Amino acid sequence: MRKLLGVILCLFLVVGCAKKKQDMNTISIWHWMTDRHEAFEQLAVKYEEQTGVKIKFDLYAPSDAYTQKIIASAQAKVLPDVYGVLDKKEIFASFINSGFITDLTEEFQKNNGEWEKSLFAKALNVNRFKEGNIYDVKPGVYGVPLDVTNIQMLYNKKLLAKAGIMAPPKTFEGFLAAIAALKRVGISGLVSGWGEMWMADCFASNYAFNIMGEEKIMATYRGEISYTDPDWIKVFTIFKTLSESGAFAEGIVTKLNKLAEQDFALERAAFSFNGSWSVNIYHDMNPDLEYGAMLPPVFNKNRPMSIWGGAGSSLVINNSSPRRDKTIAFLKWLTAKEQQAFLAKETRNLPSNREALSAIPPILSQFAEVMDNTTHPTIWMQNEFPLVLERMDKGIQSIIIGEKTPEQVAREVQEVKEKELKKSRRGR
Amino acid sequence: MISNKRLTATKSNAQSFAFALPAIAIFSVFYIYPFFDIFRLSFHQWNGISSQKIFVGFENFSDLMQDGIWWKSMWNAGFITLVALTFQNCLAFALALACDREIRLKRFYRVLFFIPPVLSEIVVGLIWSWILYSGMQNGQHIGLFNHFLDKIGLHHLVNNWLSDPKTALPCIAIVHSWKGFGWGFIMLLAGLQTIDRQLYEAAKVDGAGWWSVLKNVTIPMMVPVILVVVILTVLGSMQAFVLILSMVGQGLVYHTDVPVTRILSAMTGTNRFGYACSMGVVFGLILVGVSLGFKMISDRTKQA
Repeated sequence: MRKLLGVILCLFLVVGCAKKKQDMNTISIWHWMTDRHEAFEQLAVKYEEQTGVKIKFDLYAPSDAYTQKIIASAQAKVLPDVYGVLDKKEIFASFINSGFITDLTEEFQKNNGEWEKSLFAKALNVNRFKEGNIYDVKPGVYGVPLDVTNIQMLYNKKLLAKAGIMAPPKTFEGFLAAIAALKRVGISGLVSGWGEMWMADCFASNYAFNIMGEEKIMATYRGEISYTDPDWIKVFTIFKTLSESGAFAEGIVTKLNKLAEQDFALERAAFSFNGSWSVNIYHDMNPDLEYGAMLPPVFNKNRPMSIWGGAGSSLVINNSSPRRDKTIAFLKWLTAKEQQAFLAKETRNLPSNREALSAIPPILSQFAEVMDNTTHPTIWMQNEFPLVLERMDKGIQSIIIGEKTPEQVAREVQEVKEKELKKSRRGR
Repeated sequence: MISNKRLTATKSNAQSFAFALPAIAIFSVFYIYPFFDIFRLSFHQWNGISSQKIFVGFENFSDLMQDGIWWKSMWNAGFITLVALTFQNCLAFALALACDREIRLKRFYRVLFFIPPVLSEIVVGLIWSWILYSGMQNGQHIGLFNHFLDKIGLHHLVNNWLSDPKTALPCIAIVHSWKGFGWGFIMLLAGLQTIDRQLYEAAKVDGAGWWSVLKNVTIPMMVPVILVVVILTVLGSMQAFVLILSMVGQGLVYHTDVPVTRILSAMTGTNRFGYACSMGVVFGLILVGVSLGFKMISDRTKQA
């Protein structure tokens, strides 16, 4: 009996430790896009019917949890065939340098660049590393954009009309006047999910581009210009002015974006600062919502307003995947006109394939029209130290709640910057 | 003969070891290895992905000692813990005392009080953010609490509860206590029910009143249970963070940060895994110190 038990135990050990047999005909994709999961599954069925290759979409949400799962899986070397890196460019670069991501440059350039040309250049650039990039990544394209996105301001047509505002404001002064008019009729101004700090960071970055332009921002990141520079003080003062004029909806500094989206959809605020993905969300929450999209009102009339945008969601291919060729074929199919039009229709996101634009609803067209105004930290040659950004975002919160002045925040941010610069010079 | 005995003993030892081996392996891989790896990583600078880990010695720890935000987060966690120790546990004890008596609907109350702890922290956080919501629509407060204050004529008390540095942390502490008092309630009630009823009868015969019985019979008999509840409250409250994330997102400046949110922020926000590990080590040591302190108090009380 004992011997029998021993044999069974050994068998379990051998079977348990054996390498899992790889199914060469099933591609595993991990994603975080709750709103697109159903559409992805429909496309997977279609693809299997056409090619016999099975696509397994696994959803891990929310995106924070997804990011953690991807980092942990990379550390354990158990990444799926296809996944996304929802992190800073520096981390994306680390994934590439550690050999977790396939270089797709050759694939994009095949057949006279057919695949590359079909997609929005701005979307592709998010996944591109240029010659001489600071992350020491071999130049090339490392990801496939599924859609494009940008973040701008949205306005509720009905609420603006109630306050006697016939057209959305284009300048900062016009915006302040609109806020005053809205206040007179008891309507809240701007709502956004600034409890998620990157959104406040994005708003600040828009105005930094408008006030001082890209070159000066990059010079600040390189440590050549201080945050106490008058232009940066102007950027921080925007938040003070908006706060003092009562432009922000109550509790904006701790509001999660989901709740901010709910506020705008339920017509509790006249303006929202949100991305093109919200079109789908607003449609689900309130199909009758009458709204339009607009660029944040310019502060400096001599310079255009730049907004964050580019690839909304990108997928990368695991460099160790034994099904790499089949995976590339599937991603080419997924970003082809027909599938992109289907995704745009079903999920109300801007397609990454430029030929599929004709299929999008009018509100999405307003987002598509300003794609030329987009920029994004992932395409900048220089990025700020994350700790400096954290201090800046927290400082912006302090300004909004009236705890600190723009000058105080600028000094504090500069202090952190100097510490980080010192560390980086020491190779840390 | 001797060698046979030795052989049998060795075989028996090997057998015992073989049976323990899977447990030892699992324990080592999932507990001991990560535990020591955190110590190792705390001496490195690492972004969590790169294969390059730079050894920085005690630099992370020395930075941490000078990190005012970290110590502020520790103070914030201490505040939440203090509210939990007083408000939460007093409430739990009072309700446990009430339910220990022969009252109507005793079982119903027990179930009712145990509902908050079994709810998801995310759900509790979102529900309370809605209750404490500070926005208005058509001249009406949307948040339940502000609406209530307004309706009963306390309009001057209406506030931006979760975006005001003076009220955000106390609100979180109260919601944390609301969510956690059920655990204390169940443990304290179980402790109360182990007290011999004859002691109460004897005290009554001696003419002791309600307060005297509580002071001289109930509390002395409950000291070991109270200490366990206190230790669990301290450990649970110091490590609270899901509720904070769901109520105030990434925080109101640094007013609502606690050590765990700082660790999370160092790991995911600023990609400083080594620094986050050093925070984890220091925080772990503080919690071990606090637990040992309470254990010593517990031992002394038992001896007394």
